[in-house]
Amino acid sequence: MRVRRAALLASCLLVSALLYGCAMAEASQRKLRVCADPNNMPFSNSRQEGFENRIASLIARDMSAKVEYTWFAQRRGFIRNTLNTSVCDLVMGVPASFDLTLVSEPYYRSSYVFVTRHDRRLAIKSFDDPSLRSLRIGVQLVGDDGANTPPVHALDKRGIRGNLKGYMVYGDYLDANPGAAIVQAVAKGEVDVAVVWGPIAGYFARGQPVKLDVVPVSPQVDLPFMPFVFDIALGVRRQDKIFRDELDTILRRERPAISAILNEYGIPRVGTSTRPTA
Amino acid sequence: MRLVEKRKVRLQARSVAACAGSLLFVLIACGPAEKTSTPPRGTPSTLAPAGASGGAAGADASGDDGQWTMPAKNYSSTRYSALDQINAQNVSQLKLAFSFNTGIPRGHEAAPLVVNNTMYIVTPFPNYVYALDLTQPGAPQKWAYKPRVEQAAQGVACCDVVNRGLAYDNGRIFLNTLDNHSIALDANTGQEIWNTKLGEINVGETITMAPLVVKGKVLVGNSGGEMGVRGKITALDAGSGKIVWQAYNTGPDKDVLIGASFKPYYASDKGKDLGVRTWPSDAWKVGGATVWGWLSYDPELNLVYYGTGNPGPWNPDQRPGDNKWSAGVFARDADTGEAKWFYQMSPHDLFDYDAINESVLIDMPVGGVKRKVLLRAERNGYVYVMDRATGQVLSATPFGFINSTKGIDLKSGRPIENTEKTPHVGIVARDICPSSSGTKDFQPTAFSPRTGLLYIPHNNLCMDYEGVEANYIAGTPYVGANVKMYAGPGGHRGQFTAWDPVAQKAVWTVNEIFPVWGGALVTGSNIVFYGTMDGWFKALDARSGKELWKQKLGSGIISPPITYRGPDGKQYLAIFDGVGGWAGAIVVGDMDPRDSTGALGFANAMKDLPKYTTKGGTLYVFTLP
Repeated sequence: MRVRRAALLASCLLVSALLYGCAMAEASQRKLRVCADPNNMPFSNSRQEGFENRIASLIARDMSAKVEYTWFAQRRGFIRNTLNTSVCDLVMGVPASFDLTLVSEPYYRSSYVFVTRHDRRLAIKSFDDPSLRSLRIGVQLVGDDGANTPPVHALDKRGIRGNLKGYMVYGDYLDANPGAAIVQAVAKGEVDVAVVWGPIAGYFARGQPVKLDVVPVSPQVDLPFMPFVFDIALGVRRQDKIFRDELDTILRRERPAISAILNEYGIPRVGTSTRPTA
Repeated sequence: MRLVEKRKVRLQARSVAACAGSLLFVLIACGPAEKTSTPPRGTPSTLAPAGASGGAAGADASGDDGQWTMPAKNYSSTRYSALDQINAQNVSQLKLAFSFNTGIPRGHEAAPLVVNNTMYIVTPFPNYVYALDLTQPGAPQKWAYKPRVEQAAQGVACCDVVNRGLAYDNGRIFLNTLDNHSIALDANTGQEIWNTKLGEINVGETITMAPLVVKGKVLVGNSGGEMGVRGKITALDAGSGKIVWQAYNTGPDKDVLIGASFKPYYASDKGKDLGVRTWPSDAWKVGGATVWGWLSYDPELNLVYYGTGNPGPWNPDQRPGDNKWSAGVFARDADTGEAKWFYQMSPHDLFDYDAINESVLIDMPVGGVKRKVLLRAERNGYVYVMDRATGQVLSATPFGFINSTKGIDLKSGRPIENTEKTPHVGIVARDICPSSSGTKDFQPTAFSPRTGLLYIPHNNLCMDYEGVEANYIAGTPYVGANVKMYAGPGGHRGQFTAWDPVAQKAVWTVNEIFPVWGGALVTGSNIVFYGTMDGWFKALDARSGKELWKQKLGSGIISPPITYRGPDGKQYLAIFDGVGGWAGAIVVGDMDPRDSTGALGFANAMKDLPKYTTKGGTLYVFTLP
């Protein structure tokens, strides 16, 4: 009994030593601490299957660091509870004009898109398409006190109101893919057309049983000023300028690899997304 | 290299298995105790049962003033106690009797309860409940109840992770948790009696309101109007936790429990399925109109009164119509939940003017005739005097500076719109008063039957609504209004007003630097108490507004005070500090004061709050020497 206890003690000590050793080894390796949503495909999930997870790994590799995640649903308070509490240092996707963080150079530019069933041959390309007056249109809702996604405002401006159906971008967080409902609704015929943010549309359209068409909206901007196209950048804390500059360098260096990842996930892109490099 | 690694891993695995037993033990020993309870001390149980207090005649009929058994003191929601030991002559001698720190540095909006010489308090998330033994020196813990509240609920709550209080009835304490559980506890032991889940955080629902127990039913509403939640109120059987009735605030009449007995006063509230027809297509399914505020009850009419939140989540342009039954007040049969009448304060709400404020039920003369009225100091800036049997608006008078509307048309019951102040995306609207926070938000009023005055803790804030701002939720960019709130006319951001509902005018007003985001208490000795966001707990002469006493507390105050008679026969006052909530988000959220649009624009108005106060969460109890 005593012997066994001694053995147990020894093995516990060994474990502690090993764990300590691991911690020491880890401490010497740089960490890329990413703030991400654990259930928000195609961007990220806790199994690290999203394109933002892949790009984070790519950046980490470039800087010889190890990726470490802080998981938090990307809703109101996300920046406040993650980046700004310093539990993590990097948000993989924010609009380039986002003022809650310091932003990198944009690494892709996407657009809101029309999603329709290919077999319907609706060929909608513009908010000014007259057929939008009678079709059932799915739109994304964010619910931030009256703030809507830009397509909602675009349709509203054209007097198109009664035939809209809203899908919360949060969806049901218990679902494997909370954001997919609006794309599935097109495939199932619940709506005739949906106006969806490009990455969500491009990724989920490919998994549907019927072929879906994904077409960037036009115009790209409604006047006085309502953009449908957004540059997406990395976000860091406002004071982390040196880190941001380092990320900018890496983004430039890894542009082809990033582009390949975005292609792999079917992310629709428009125009150029970065400033020309010197 | 690889070989060594492998061996390491194997070694590790084996020793971990060997340690598992002891590790597990350590984990258990170190983990937070789910619940600790001690058997009840021999507490007297002969005091009057809760629920007997309050009545149709208002505060006059309130029962045992030694106790505080429901958040608003009584069913009439007067927050009036006849206790008068602490009076104008001796109030300045108040001293601390004991204090209790919750250790949770978030907004504390809940007032304590006092029943059978025990004080019951509830914290913000994670919604711990403590019972303090008032018969012992220093009021030691009798028991603590620590529910396992889902962490993720914090990410769903809109405006800090607050809880607005507990309710007591028939030997039980009733608690709502942020993750949508309604729970009954044995008041003596803290043992959980039942636990009913009423909503789903994964679709954006939370609960922040205090329950009200009426005739053996626990009434609970949901929060989350911003998240595309469908507002509802549920009556649970206090004995078993089973749902007795549930009424939605949007959708077809059968879901809203609108039937033959529904008799709204105004034409615009009459018609079939208005909860569907006043919305575009099926927008009512995500239409908000939640119930996160206060409930009142009139035993004579057997009606429960509550207000509904803002319509959501579409912007106003996209939800043409009145958006029933949002931003209004319902009267429902307490037994069946059937709607009896509804009145909409803000049809087609443009400004986030939730109508969740408390309904104070009193009898008062209107045009020389005594009427059963419902008094509401409303978010949209009017004090409504309504006939509580019919829903008729008898008068609606501004109690602060208003320009978002030009008055209430008593014929139609509708506000007269000011089109200059109508916000649209891409259009700048400046100087909209009141701001989205309203002239008064949830912070409850008090009514004294002795002075006949309604004591209103409130805000003096206006806002600009301009431009577009790129934002991002769940990977989806959107554009929002850039809302900035700031002080209204005079430069002070808060006011405390004594209002004469009969004469429809303010009798006296005290200006405060910050919004008065707590609540009021008025006593039989004509003293009115309230706390400020810069941390002062104040006592004023209820007739003149003259300051009689004040005490600085550790953190800003956003909760209402209460009073009770201790086992020693002395009168006590209890109040929480703990700044937070929507108004205090800049402190509890450690927000950057440079973000003028933070907390939906509220942060702009509160930039200097961090200089005045820090986070807290302490209960202070005062008495005379």
